[in-house]
Amino acid sequence: MRSTEAASIEAGPAVAEPIPLRELARWLWLVPVLLLVAYVVGMDQGVISRSGMYLHEFMHDGRHLLAVPCH
Amino acid sequence: MPLSGHSPVRAIVVAGLIAGLIAGLSAGLFGLAVGESNIDGAVAVESSMEAGAARHDHGAHATAASDQKPLVSRGTQHLGLVVATALYGLAIGGLLALAFAFMRGRTGHRSDRRLALGLTAAVFVAAVAVPFLKYPANPPGVGDPETIGYRTELYLAMVAGCLAALVAAWRLSMLVPARRRAQRALAGASTFAALTALLALGLPAIGEVPAGFPSGLLSDFRLASIGLQLMLWSVLALCFAALVSRRLTRPTAPRP
Repeated sequence: MRSTEAASIEAGPAVAEPIPLRELARWLWLVPVLLLVAYVVGMDQGVISRSGMYLHEFMHDGRHLLAVPCH
Repeated sequence: MPLSGHSPVRAIVVAGLIAGLIAGLSAGLFGLAVGESNIDGAVAVESSMEAGAARHDHGAHATAASDQKPLVSRGTQHLGLVVATALYGLAIGGLLALAFAFMRGRTGHRSDRRLALGLTAAVFVAAVAVPFLKYPANPPGVGDPETIGYRTELYLAMVAGCLAALVAAWRLSMLVPARRRAQRALAGASTFAALTALLALGLPAIGEVPAGFPSGLLSDFRLASIGLQLMLWSVLALCFAALVSRRLTRPTAPRP
């Protein structure tokens, strides 16, 4: 814990101990999953969702208002 | 991994997903109330311009130019707006939570609440606000369908570049001692501003608003888009800060 103490003195009064990188790495699988969700909303034209253009057209208005280039 | 789950990462991720879902739904309802009239108007303009040019476009916009039934009706697309913003909020909330889990205890923040609010605000500026200045949202009918791939690449490059600039600015600001709070904030903000300005100057401009597209409709649409994003990110910041600080300080009582 000595390195944590040194870091907290250097960085000011931190409220919490850093979560170990090994623990964080266990959750890394969520990153591609969440990016995929964002991709299906923002970009996909049926390649991922296998729904043809249905989902693409279904979320058309959201894409425009979320400022993603659409067509 | 213990399945009963007192992992702080689990608590943070759940807080982020719940906050993101609430934020996305709020933004969707805002869009229904404020944005849809502009999109409906733009679709009508687009259809009449297409009818004039006898040009064919995809999906729901092709109504006037052809007798084809659109794949998804305008009414269903209104519902789709809320689903789209809810999923988008969910994804953003989860990704933000993972960034929070990494930064917690590593940046000298004074509380979980402050870190959650500060991180959400910073990511909003980098991922949404600054890219909007360079490549603003466009309603249906604005933008040449031929260049969609190119415009999408530029937009993603702008978002990714701004996020990289945010990380660089954060790392640089951490070199300033924590007790000099103002100087630290100033160092971060000026680095971010300089890097994103260079990026915006380096990326090509896009000007594809067709002649004759009503300028009032365009500015109303963009205002609605800004409002929707503000709604999403401010609700996200408030809910995430409240949920994450509560979940992380909750005593881990044994379950009955």
